[in-house]
Amino acid sequence: MFNLDGQVIPFQEGDTIMDAAMRAGVYIPHLCHDPEFTPHGSCKLCTVKVNGRNCSACTFPAAANQTVFNNSEELNEIRLTLTQMLFVEGNHFCPSCEKSGNCQLQGVGYELGMLDTHFPLFYPQRQMDASHPDILLDRDRCILCSLCVRASRDVDGKNVFAISGRGIHSELVVNAESGLLEDTDLSADDRAAHICPVGAIIVKRHGFEAPIGERLFDHQTVGEWSLDQFDTGEQAWQRD
Amino acid sequence: MATRLKVATTSLAGCFGCHMSFLDIDERILQLAEIADFDRSPLTDIKHCSESVDIGLIEGGLCNAENVHTLREFRKSCRILVAVGACAINGGLPAMRNHIKLEDCLNEAYLDGYNTLNPQIPNDVELPLLLNKVHPIHEVVKVDYFLPGCPPSADTFWKFLTDLASGNEPSLPYDLIHYD
Repeated sequence: MFNLDGQVIPFQEGDTIMDAAMRAGVYIPHLCHDPEFTPHGSCKLCTVKVNGRNCSACTFPAAANQTVFNNSEELNEIRLTLTQMLFVEGNHFCPSCEKSGNCQLQGVGYELGMLDTHFPLFYPQRQMDASHPDILLDRDRCILCSLCVRASRDVDGKNVFAISGRGIHSELVVNAESGLLEDTDLSADDRAAHICPVGAIIVKRHGFEAPIGERLFDHQTVGEWSLDQFDTGEQAWQRD
Repeated sequence: MATRLKVATTSLAGCFGCHMSFLDIDERILQLAEIADFDRSPLTDIKHCSESVDIGLIEGGLCNAENVHTLREFRKSCRILVAVGACAINGGLPAMRNHIKLEDCLNEAYLDGYNTLNPQIPNDVELPLLLNKVHPIHEVVKVDYFLPGCPPSADTFWKFLTDLASGNEPSLPYDLIHYD
């Protein structure tokens, strides 16, 4: 057992703080994490204070008698700043994005009450790849969470994506000599084609299917959705 | 309320969609008129702010020199300046030109574009000079509040203005925060 915001949370051997919290129905904000994949610990939105030190909940092991703070004003301020930095670092034009309303980056912004991006915008120059007949890669919207990298490698067994470069020069690259999606074996049925939390990888001809008001995060917070997904996932796994 | 509020509105590089959405408060505008007067606004056709305006709502980003001039003048007159809508907050759709060289934009629109008659780039001295890139307004002046959305809904305007008019710190519930 450990203490999370005053609540006693049980954990199992090998659990991270994120695993234990989600199982107990406590949401810790995150973008690069998905319970189905090995944690990556890159977005830092899940930063929690463990015994006085900031740690990523998705990678930090749960241990007995830890005192963990999650939903505190201080941590939510940091998360808001991180989210604003993600927005200014890319080109996130929500009104023209097919993922709008179903985008987890937006969802986190809504949940944290983000009203502006605070920092000067970068407006970076990034390459779009529309070469694949069924899948669009729009790097303007990529937040480098690497979920597509993990999904393609670990579930699809195809290794289509990788993150290349460091720091501000990091970018999502495609494993083909041409660097284009059309020259890979990525298919619209792959897990990697559906895992993107933002609108960077989307399946073509499915944009704007749900009307405004009926999209994922129009009324439901990303936290509620995330815990709901976790529940459904666990039930599906138990049925197997 | 003892003194009446003065509200001004203007649009920079925007589409007036935010103004249209504001007008979607419908008959609530009569309630607003009981406590506030409209100063400079396309709704009154007053071209410049009076000396002291309480709340200035500004939609659109900065795409040319005139936008910057208007924004600075507006800021000087308004006690509380509110960035309204995606364009004012992050440049919005006009900022999608930021990836293309200004020269290429002008060439495409006025010289090489489909069906262009008498191709020439407009250069009348009356025309404001375009900025190299489109910018959100908080990069030039201090902004006091932000109302996100493309456009923010009428209910968002209403909640914000009624909070402010009643002396409360404006706060938007989950359903009224959206970026599209």
